[in-house]
Amino acid sequence: MCGIAGLIHKGRQAKIGEQMTQMLTALKHRGPDSTGLALYGAGGDGDYVMRIKFAEQEETLHGFRIAKQIAERKKTVEERLKELGAKNIQPEKAREYAYRYRFAFEGDLRRLANFIEDVEGAEILSLGKALELVKDLGDAQQIATGYALENFEGSHAIGHTRMATESDVDIRSAHPYWAYPFADISVVHNGQLTNYWNSRREMERRGHRFVSNCDSELIAVYIADRLSEGCELEKAMKESIDAFDGVFTYLVATHDSLGMAKDSMAAKPMVLYESDDFTALASEEVAIRSVFPHEIDTVDPYEGEVRVWHH
Amino acid sequence: MASLKEAAQKNHAENPQKNHAEAMHHERLGGRTQQVFFAPEEAENFTYPQSFEVDYNKRANLDVAELDAKAVNQKIRQLMSEGYGTIVLQNPGAKHSLAVGILNRLNLQIEGSLGYFGCGLIDGPNIRIKGRVGWSCAENMMAGCIVIEKNAGSTFGAALRGGDLVCKGDVGSRTGIDMKGGTIIVGGKTGIFSGFMMQRGRMVVCGNAGKNLGDSMYDGTIYVGGSIESLGVDAVEGEMTELEAAFLKRKLALYGLPCPKSWTKIVSGKQLWNYDNLEPSEKKLVL
Repeated sequence: MCGIAGLIHKGRQAKIGEQMTQMLTALKHRGPDSTGLALYGAGGDGDYVMRIKFAEQEETLHGFRIAKQIAERKKTVEERLKELGAKNIQPEKAREYAYRYRFAFEGDLRRLANFIEDVEGAEILSLGKALELVKDLGDAQQIATGYALENFEGSHAIGHTRMATESDVDIRSAHPYWAYPFADISVVHNGQLTNYWNSRREMERRGHRFVSNCDSELIAVYIADRLSEGCELEKAMKESIDAFDGVFTYLVATHDSLGMAKDSMAAKPMVLYESDDFTALASEEVAIRSVFPHEIDTVDPYEGEVRVWHH
Repeated sequence: MASLKEAAQKNHAENPQKNHAEAMHHERLGGRTQQVFFAPEEAENFTYPQSFEVDYNKRANLDVAELDAKAVNQKIRQLMSEGYGTIVLQNPGAKHSLAVGILNRLNLQIEGSLGYFGCGLIDGPNIRIKGRVGWSCAENMMAGCIVIEKNAGSTFGAALRGGDLVCKGDVGSRTGIDMKGGTIIVGGKTGIFSGFMMQRGRMVVCGNAGKNLGDSMYDGTIYVGGSIESLGVDAVEGEMTELEAAFLKRKLALYGLPCPKSWTKIVSGKQLWNYDNLEPSEKKLVL
């Protein structure tokens, strides 16, 4: 089933970590397997911020040498960052297996991402100047507490509560997905893509990498592919409605925008609230009400609808 | 006092054409699954065994901000058992499955919005909702009246069997899917696949209708005041009569909705009419 949510403040910063946690807590019944948030804040004031995991949560519970392996992987990643010219590297431990890095970098981002992900067991969750992507097993409250997100300030965010249907319950298959290797682009999705394998093979032939068997990752890769060809976000999203088979509603966020797309059958829910300075979307209105308890006007976007809002 | 059956027979005898034109009839379909379960002479049996005698002048306010759906529905039932005929729900907070399964006379006012499956499986109450409703509002509603002041989500009035279901704003997709009776009124527009597999009843859309309107409908009537993006399989345009237009005007006035200047009437083309026409034994002979 899955629950998705998004919010964007226009022209101001707010406590988006707390707000998105509230929205995802209200959507917990749509998916208790994992929860993820993509938050867009001030980041590193011009530096890059990288969220990375060195192991799956389950490995830390049952592995014999996993602590040592994580330390080795972390050391290798830091060496490779330095080797490619990253400066002022500041690691920050979020969980035993997940870290946040801040560093200055002026080189080729794809080369950097490929070099880091070449380290066995390392997976970049997000890389950008505004985006910080956190996803893990558990509900929104557990993740917000574990990753200290409640005081996170920023302009916009998307989030996801996952009910696994077609791939594993692990961090690798959790949402949001970062549109590798494009800075600051992330995707959450509710639905099933029935042409996943065919489209995935086509994207792999075009040089894109997949880390999971989750169909939602295809959307992030597709958007990345279209943007790499110079396509505008809204146009890419409109084209995606014909490119994907199945039922889907998804949200995309970039460094300054939030977009939504709904399939041509309108089979997956989405409720939208818009005001002059704020837009919120969620699979269910109860999530929007968790941020706005007073009476507001909400609407259901229609089939094939694509909307984009800017910060 | 004449019985309900006698009154109905008299009315039909006096105005057979008028009644037909106003879609105030229903066609008896063939096949075992089209059994008629109720008849006017059974009117005295229409009350449910555990229904309550309520007084509309006895009013209760219920703040449901801190209650879950089950507790809210149990509280409504408890209040009805105490004779409360008017209940005001405050702070519903778009929770799911509120006000479901009410098989009783009741005047229910909801001061806010509902989530999914609101007011499902009801038989009899009059409900006014000041906010919006989520997916599948009034699913399987049997009788009564629901008026929603704002918008509604998809599958609005799915499998509706009777009563009036009114949304003054816009509604989502698949409105009235599989409806078997009653009236759905939409003040604004409706989305894709509205009236999908509709069996009986009428749907009135004052605004525009999305793609595939009335797809695979078996029977029933859809009236659209605005434009229609496309008709579904086996949905065709019917002939609109003055009597129908007058009926719609009266009906909309009842709920304070402006009447569009013109209507397009959509009915089933009945080219896909293969709905259980044959008994299983007969099917064997044919196949």
